[in-house]
Amino acid sequence: MAIYKATKLLSRSFSSLSSRPLRVCVVGSGPAGFYTAEKMLKAHEEAEVDIVDRLPTPFGLVRSGVAPDHPETKIVTNQFTRVAQNERCSFFGNVSLGSSLSLSELRDMYHVVVLAYGAESDRVLGISGEELAGIHSAREFVWWYNGHPDCSNMAPDLKSADTAVILGQGNVALDIARVLLRPTAELAKTDIASHALSGLEESSIRKVYLVGRRGPVQAACTAKELREVLGIKDLYVHIDKDDLRTTPADEEELKNNRIRRRIHELLSKAAISGTSHPSPGQRELHFVFFRKPDKFIGSDERSGHVAGVRLEKTILKESVHPGKQTAEGTGQYEDFECGLVLKSIGYKSVPVEGLPFDLQKGVVPNYRGRVLSCASEDLAQVEEGLYVCGWLKRGPTGIIATNLYCAEETVASISEDLETGASTSTLAKPGREGLKQLLDSRNVRAVPFSAWEKIDTEEKQRGSLRSKPREKLTRWEELLEVAAK
Amino acid sequence: MKSATGVAGYRLKVTSFTIFDSVCSQYLTFFSPLASTPRRTCLHAVQNRFLLPQVALHLFLQRHEPFSTTAADKAQLEGNEETKKISVTFVDKDGDEKHINVPIGMSMLEAAHENDIELEGACEGSLACSTCHVIVMDIEYYNKLEDPTDEENDMLDLAFGLTETSRLGCQVIASPELDGIRLALPAATRNFAVDGYKPKPH
Repeated sequence: MAIYKATKLLSRSFSSLSSRPLRVCVVGSGPAGFYTAEKMLKAHEEAEVDIVDRLPTPFGLVRSGVAPDHPETKIVTNQFTRVAQNERCSFFGNVSLGSSLSLSELRDMYHVVVLAYGAESDRVLGISGEELAGIHSAREFVWWYNGHPDCSNMAPDLKSADTAVILGQGNVALDIARVLLRPTAELAKTDIASHALSGLEESSIRKVYLVGRRGPVQAACTAKELREVLGIKDLYVHIDKDDLRTTPADEEELKNNRIRRRIHELLSKAAISGTSHPSPGQRELHFVFFRKPDKFIGSDERSGHVAGVRLEKTILKESVHPGKQTAEGTGQYEDFECGLVLKSIGYKSVPVEGLPFDLQKGVVPNYRGRVLSCASEDLAQVEEGLYVCGWLKRGPTGIIATNLYCAEETVASISEDLETGASTSTLAKPGREGLKQLLDSRNVRAVPFSAWEKIDTEEKQRGSLRSKPREKLTRWEELLEVAAK
Repeated sequence: MKSATGVAGYRLKVTSFTIFDSVCSQYLTFFSPLASTPRRTCLHAVQNRFLLPQVALHLFLQRHEPFSTTAADKAQLEGNEETKKISVTFVDKDGDEKHINVPIGMSMLEAAHENDIELEGACEGSLACSTCHVIVMDIEYYNKLEDPTDEENDMLDLAFGLTETSRLGCQVIASPELDGIRLALPAATRNFAVDGYKPKPH
C-alpha cells in the first residue's frame, strides 16, 4: 500500500510537469482512432496526440465503409475534424505501420501507443470454388464503390449476368444490395466513386439474393437499413412466408431483443405486402433464409468464372450459448445460378510484427484495452504503454457510436495506468519530433491534416460540377499529388 | 417539428428560434473552420433569416433548399422571447445535476451543447446516430412527448443502456408542458462489455 501511494505521488508529480508532455500515438484515423484521440486530449492536458494512418485521407470507414447514400452518418467527420485541428493534435497520413515504421520503433518514441487500425482483411468460407472469378469480399466491393485507393481498379463484372448472390444478411450485405438495386439516378447525387457509378449504370444485375444461414429472427441487420432496402422504388421483394413462422426458441430470442422484434415485424409486413410476382423487367430482391453456402459452381462457357452457388438447407439447433441458436446442415441442396457473388461474412484484422494476436478470435488479446502478451489469461502480461481500440480490440461489429464507448474504456485504462505508474515510462520521449525525423530519413512523405484539407477542397469542387457532395479522388498518385500542391 | 435540408445537403432538425446574439454567433462559427467550440447547426439563422444581412442570406440560401415556416413558429418568433424558457435538469453519469433554462423550440441536444453538458451529437441532430440518447427520468414527462417516429426508434434500437423512457436528445424539443423535465445521461460505459469479455483481477 505504501509503495502504491508512493508511485501514485510520483506519477502525479510527473504528470503535473507540463513541460514534459505525454507523447501519445494513435494508429488509425477511423472512429476508434479519433474518439481515442479526442478523449485523450480531454483527459490529459499534458498529452500531445499524433494520429497516423496508412492512407493520405482520414476517417477510416466513415469515408470508405459508410454507404454513399448515408450522408447523415458521415456528419461525425465534423467532430473528428475539430479534434484534428486541436493544437495538441497532429495527423500523419500516408504513414503505414509495418512498412513506414515498425511497432517497436513507435513504442520507443511514444509513452502511449493506441492501435486502432481496424480490420482490413476478410473472413473466408473455406469452401470449394471460392477462388473463382466473380466472387468478391463485401469489403472490396464497398471499398470500390466508396473510392478506396486500394480497390479503385477492382472493376467487378456487372455486365455478364442478371443475378447476384450476397452471402450474409448484415448491414453491409444490405448496403450492397441497395447499391446494386437502387436507381442509379439516385446514387448519382451521392459521393459514390465515379468509376462505380458508371459501372452500376451499365450493370445488368436485376435480381439479388440475400442469403442467411439462419432465419428472419436472427437476421443481423438493423431496422434503418432494412427499411431502406425494402423501400427501394419499384422493387419486387420476395420473402417466403413459411420462413417467418417462429419456434418457441425463436420467441425466446425475440422477447429479449428489441431490434430483432422490429426486424421480424418489418420482414413480416414486407412478406404480405406487394405483388406475388415481379412485373417484366422489374428489379428483384429475394431474402433466402436457412441456407448455407456449400460450394461455388464454375462456368462451363467462361472457364474460371463463377456460374452459381450450391446452398445447403439448414435447421436451427440450440447452441452452447443459452438463448442462441446455430444453423446446421440438413443434407438437402439447392443450386442458385448467378454471375456475381459478394461474401459479406465478416471482416478480419491483420496483425503487425511484434503485436500479440489471437488468431482464433482475430483480435489483439487485451484487458479493457491494455494489450496482453498472449491470449492465455493465466500467462498473459500487460504490454507496457500499448493499447488497442475499435475492431482490433473487440472484433468487427457494432456501429460508429460503439467506438465512443470502446475509446472511453481504453482511455480509462490509460489514465489508470498513468495514475498508478503501472504502464508508462517516466523518461522523456521524442514523440512527434522523433516521428518526423524517422519519416524524413526514410523518405516517407507524410500527409498532414492541412494537406488532407486540400484533397477535401478539391473533391468538393469536383463534386459541385456534377451536383455531388464530393467527387472522391480514388487513386494513390492523384491523392498524393493534390496533397503536395 | 420538421426537417429541412441543411449544410451540404444533410437533413437537419429545425428548431424554432433564438435571440439575435445567438444567431450571430452561430453564423460566425459556422463560417470559421477553426472555431474551437462545437456549434451544431446554423439553422437558427435560417429560420431567422430576416435578421441576417443580405449577403449572409444569399450564402445560406445556396446551401439550403427552401422550406416553409409554420404559423406556430412565426407566432413564437413574434412573441415575448424572454419569458418563453423552460427549466430543464440534466443528471450526468455520476448523478450530478445541472439546471438550465431552455428556450421553447430548442432541442435538448442543442441546449446541452450551449450549456457545456457532455451530450454527444455525432450526426448533429440528423437522426442518423444514437449518441444523444437521454433518459426521461419521470414517466409523466415522458408521456407528454409525442411518440418517437420509426426513424427515431431505429436509432434508439442501437442506443447503449436503452430504457423504457429513452429518447434522442435531438428529438426532444422544449415546449411549455415540459417545464421541469429531468433528463439523465446514460452511464453507458458501465454497461459496456465486449463480447466474450471476462472481468479479471488486474
